[in-house]
Amino acid sequence: MKQFIESLLIEHNLVTAFAVIGSLVWISYWLSDKLTRGRLHGSAIAIFLGLVLALIGGLVTGGKKGLADFPSLAGIGLLGGAMLRDFAIVATAMGVHLDELRRTGLAGVLSLLTGVFVSFAAGAAVAWAFGYRDAVSMTTLGGGAATFIVGPITGSALGAGSDVISLSVAVGLVKSIVVMIGTPFVARFIGLDNPRSALIYGGLMGTTSGVAGGLAATDPKLVPYGAMTATFYTGLGCLLGPSVMFFLIRLIA
Amino acid sequence: MAIYGVAILAICLLAGQLVGKLLGWMLGMDANVGGVGIAMLLLIWVTHRLRKTGRFPEATENGVLFWSSIYIPVIVAMAASGNVRAAMQGGPVALVAGVLVVVVCFMLVPVFSRIGRAEDDDTHLPK
Repeated sequence: MKQFIESLLIEHNLVTAFAVIGSLVWISYWLSDKLTRGRLHGSAIAIFLGLVLALIGGLVTGGKKGLADFPSLAGIGLLGGAMLRDFAIVATAMGVHLDELRRTGLAGVLSLLTGVFVSFAAGAAVAWAFGYRDAVSMTTLGGGAATFIVGPITGSALGAGSDVISLSVAVGLVKSIVVMIGTPFVARFIGLDNPRSALIYGGLMGTTSGVAGGLAATDPKLVPYGAMTATFYTGLGCLLGPSVMFFLIRLIA
Repeated sequence: MAIYGVAILAICLLAGQLVGKLLGWMLGMDANVGGVGIAMLLLIWVTHRLRKTGRFPEATENGVLFWSSIYIPVIVAMAASGNVRAAMQGGPVALVAGVLVVVVCFMLVPVFSRIGRAEDDDTHLPK
């Protein structure tokens, strides 16, 4: 019987993902309603539970794709992969007010540049404090503090060691998770309740997955604004990392 | 028909990603620069034009809205298939750097929100 069920789930992996994720979301909204009286958004709980399950999946299977490393749950990797994620993010643009975009244009661009600079600076400073004092390692870890894609791209361009490159990926993953979980809690204090601040938030944070999750957990109406700027961030980071950032960090280090 | 909406969405995403890749290539790197953002602007523009000329009926719109409404489950699936183990095993460097950069950037959000904002322009989204 167990064999039958498992091969059935593997054959229908995307359908299985719909069923599993749907149930997870349902449980989360129920918990949100019963335990927090709706104060903590159901989607925030769902994302948090998803991360916990991903950790369990990673520990049990030793793989890199969390829950999706179980063969019967591989469909979750497809449903949550970059292709469908980008497809759904673009669809959210239907609710965008064009005037908002125009009025926030300059602040959005400035927040993007600042976000990249601050991330590299903070990452490089922490790297220095922990004894990674050569400019290549500092820049690579700074790239990781931008996003987990900028880190390895910067690192391989500069010829960093593979241990430093993996560490930069870990830095980016921690950032993405902290943004996802932290955003709903700090949203009120940083004024993250309107399209303008969401655009700026997307540019400063930059991690598409973190921003997508963080805003979904705060107010889904803000998602398209944050996603819009965040999508430029990784490219900008890859552009500036091995060039301007490396140059600046080498001047100081 | 709903599929028209889904097709419009798909074409916008593909076109945006293509432009993003070309942009990256022109800047001399193997990365996508703003493909999703460009796709979003494209979708806004296309649907706006179609709606104006009455060629964007509700059924078509529903094809797009479905994907917009499936967004949160997709993000939950993304969280559930992430490499959380690697993040947790990155040790103190990953933890300190990851948390510090987020805290600093959170604090900068209100600073930038003030740039270029007129006094009377404190718009909030309708609930």
